[in-house]
Amino acid sequence: MSVTDIQLQQDTAGHDDHHEDHDHELGFVSKYIFSTDHKTIAKQFLITGIFWALLGGALSVIFRLQLGFPNMDLEWLRPLLGEWITVEGKIDPEFYLAMVTMHGTIMVFFVLTAGLSGTFSNFLIPLQIGARDMASGFMNMLSYWFFFASGVIMFVSMFIETGPASGGWTIYPPLSALPQAMSGSGLGMTLWLVSMALFIVSTLLGGINYITTVINLRTEGMTFSRLPLTIWAFFITAILGLLSFPVLFSAALLLIFDRSLGTSFYLSDIYIAGEALPNVGGSPILFQHLFWFLGHPEVYIVILPALGITSEIISTNSRKPIFGYKAMIGSMLGIGFLSFVVWAHHMFITGMNPFLGSIFTILTLIIAVPSAIKAFNYITTLWRGNIIFTPAMLFSIGLVSFFISGGVTGLFLGNSVLDINLHDTYFVVAHFHLVMGAAAFFGMLAGVYHWFPKMFGRMMNDKLGKLHFWLTFVGVYLVFFPLHYIGIAGFPRRYYAFTSFDTFGGFTDLNSLVSIAAILTFTAQFIFLFNFFFSIFRGKLAPANPWKSNTMEWTTPRFPKHGNWPGAIPRVFRWAYDYSKPGAKDDFIQQTTPYSHTPESNLEHENENAKQEDLTGVDKVNG
Amino acid sequence: MLNLIIVVAVILVVAVLIIAFRVTNLVDVVKPKQKDADTNVPSGNSAQGVLMIVFLVVGTIGFFYYSKTEFDSYNLPIASEHGVITERLFWITMVITVFVFVVTQIFLFGFSWKYRYKKTNTAHYYPHNNKLEMIWTFVPAVVLAWLIISGLKEWSKITGPAPEGSEVIEVMGYQFAWAFRYPGKDGDLGKVDFRKIDAVNQMGLDLSDRKGHDDFMPTQLVIPKDKPVHLQIRGRDVIHSVYNPHFRLQMNAVPGLPTRFWFVPTVSTAEMRDKTGNPDFNYELVCNKICGKSHFGMKGIITVLEQDEYDSWYKEQQENSWLKQNPDYLSQVPNELREAAIIASGLEINVEQIESSAQGSSK
Repeated sequence: MSVTDIQLQQDTAGHDDHHEDHDHELGFVSKYIFSTDHKTIAKQFLITGIFWALLGGALSVIFRLQLGFPNMDLEWLRPLLGEWITVEGKIDPEFYLAMVTMHGTIMVFFVLTAGLSGTFSNFLIPLQIGARDMASGFMNMLSYWFFFASGVIMFVSMFIETGPASGGWTIYPPLSALPQAMSGSGLGMTLWLVSMALFIVSTLLGGINYITTVINLRTEGMTFSRLPLTIWAFFITAILGLLSFPVLFSAALLLIFDRSLGTSFYLSDIYIAGEALPNVGGSPILFQHLFWFLGHPEVYIVILPALGITSEIISTNSRKPIFGYKAMIGSMLGIGFLSFVVWAHHMFITGMNPFLGSIFTILTLIIAVPSAIKAFNYITTLWRGNIIFTPAMLFSIGLVSFFISGGVTGLFLGNSVLDINLHDTYFVVAHFHLVMGAAAFFGMLAGVYHWFPKMFGRMMNDKLGKLHFWLTFVGVYLVFFPLHYIGIAGFPRRYYAFTSFDTFGGFTDLNSLVSIAAILTFTAQFIFLFNFFFSIFRGKLAPANPWKSNTMEWTTPRFPKHGNWPGAIPRVFRWAYDYSKPGAKDDFIQQTTPYSHTPESNLEHENENAKQEDLTGVDKVNG
Repeated sequence: MLNLIIVVAVILVVAVLIIAFRVTNLVDVVKPKQKDADTNVPSGNSAQGVLMIVFLVVGTIGFFYYSKTEFDSYNLPIASEHGVITERLFWITMVITVFVFVVTQIFLFGFSWKYRYKKTNTAHYYPHNNKLEMIWTFVPAVVLAWLIISGLKEWSKITGPAPEGSEVIEVMGYQFAWAFRYPGKDGDLGKVDFRKIDAVNQMGLDLSDRKGHDDFMPTQLVIPKDKPVHLQIRGRDVIHSVYNPHFRLQMNAVPGLPTRFWFVPTVSTAEMRDKTGNPDFNYELVCNKICGKSHFGMKGIITVLEQDEYDSWYKEQQENSWLKQNPDYLSQVPNELREAAIIASGLEINVEQIESSAQGSSK
């Protein structure tokens, strides 16, 4: 097996014209389990991500039952939750917090970071830049298995007696540091931290690989200015991850010290459970700074890949070039840079110096500009297109809709003076679930529908895909839009019930509606699951280029082997967005088509390029 | 029985999905292929565009209808001076964002419908337009700059130093309740030390500081109307957050990091009872930072009184200083301060009595 690897490495590095086109017989284990093939690893990430998405979704359905129907008898959940159902048939309030925490952790890290970046960066980077595999297949494999181990630990933590971590996914100390403060801060929190440490290792291994691969292994002619926007998005995402996850690691490490070794990084002046703790001099705010230094780039780590996928899909299915390719890259770079200097907008009312609040307000509202550019450019791409509504396209349009709906509310929350009243209310919940939760989730689904034919060589069912889209799209809006009203009315998040407060006596009907919508939306995902798994085995065989797309992955065989292209790697001559070019025979021209083959549609400067093209061997390879 | 029904239901749903899958796949196979190159355009493409418009129209109507009819239930009456100003900025931002939101959604779904696939159409090759891109870079930038500037002016006022002569009150959050402390006769809060906290001395009053001898700790937060109230906030165990939506007031209560918030209440509890038509109305102090099992039950009552009512309430409370109610703690007062402490706290005993009782109760 290692021999194969070396062979592949050489091929990739040297762009050899010949490649052994025979099957390397691999055993089941090295083919499907400890595989170093980026395509298999991507599928492993995807299927693991789907598992976690279901679990995270199921948790949200259970706590939505509590919020929507506070008087409901949940005795029937006892076989599943055991002692977490109280004798009155209610969810234990502490377990409610545990579920909220696990929902957040799972969705943000396991689904929308590993499941989204892990799947599509792995799958698309080599295929779209013309590489045989990742720079290091072995590190790539490690990346998955660290993620897997991290997941196992998180999963186990849900079944221990004291319950999993329950202090919210942001795990602010002292709550998360002191087992006396809540039972979830005992062993559950320790497991959370261990799991997250492994997760960070996985992310870093993956991220280094993505960056190296994009920089070093692009095929001949695939300059940075010809990269598809998906690759740009994955590339920038990986850089963000590489710079920010180590800071989370340090935050977690100091928290581990505070918990286990008696240090006082985050702890000071605490009296709890009948005793004054010896810790003095620490600052809980320090943790928040460290956490959000990761935490804010993290939301862009979640959304950028989704936006990259959307750019590709909207352009392909509008049969138009993406509008403002350079502006799209520029705005992603801008978002990437600014994402590191806005973290404290999560902390306006934590006691941080108000002057810092002013600075972070300014920086935060600046980041709205590149985000707005992206939204406008998507809409302009649709303008005068010839739009084909594949399920992937529908999900991409849905993403843009969510990105706008959730994005505009950022103008309230990013403005420190308005955040005073909205901080930690359901307004925040509505905001981030739309702009990064649902939007990134839709990006992931769009990606699955679009690249399923490349992943499994078969088509997913179009009708079921559309049904899935409409149920999910309407469902998501019904779940999250009403939360804005509840938030403006001041309802705090992470509340088990609102019965203690007269101020929050209203909106019981609306909360029930939200819960019903959540249950329906969750149920609709089973249509997708069925479509996904059934199509792997029973779907129609996919044509070579089902969406008539320009990017390189569609020049591989239906079932690409390890190494992706049976012969030499095709060369690239143009950008990825020559759709409906005036004069062209078809409404798409693949990146591998030389300008000298398309004199009828070339623009003036492209004719110049055509003259300089070296076409040695192109007919044979790019055929 | 229930389990059986669930199993049967699941089997039926899966069966329906399989059949739907097979039928639509077969129909696609059997259906006569169009001669042109649009075999990859799924049937019912236009219907999807129409559904987009339906969604847009129904969604927009629903949004405006609900926002209008339910306005009073989500828009709480304002009860503070700065609240009026932040509320104005809130609604200005709302107008701008709703405009952007509606217009962009109309374009998004409108274009999707209008430019849905038609065999005779060709997409317009339109890779970029620098002028257009400049416009939508600069217009949002200018609007945002304006929002920022108007917000920051207020932010620095609200978070700036409290005016001279504000009513200083300490609020402490702990699992799972609030404690309040008033400076008493001398107008100064005494020192606290978390090591002095015990079951009775909840707030950790440090009795070696004479300023604390007359401090009193009522069970409610009582504040005067139309006077700046300066809350000094701390947390005892984990982070809590002092929140009240009527005053548009929020500040975290952090252990080890004292925080503060000042505001001017403008509507008394009695007036708000009239206004809302709810004779039981109370301003509620909400904990808005996850703090453990009973986070959702961590409530305090805030009562806003007219100035004269407040003054007489204060006078009455002054007679009930914490030290007076817990005379045992006189033993913690240094000897040289005892006499002064007895006077300041209003204790009705003499020093000898205390010394004997202190000996009796010393641990």
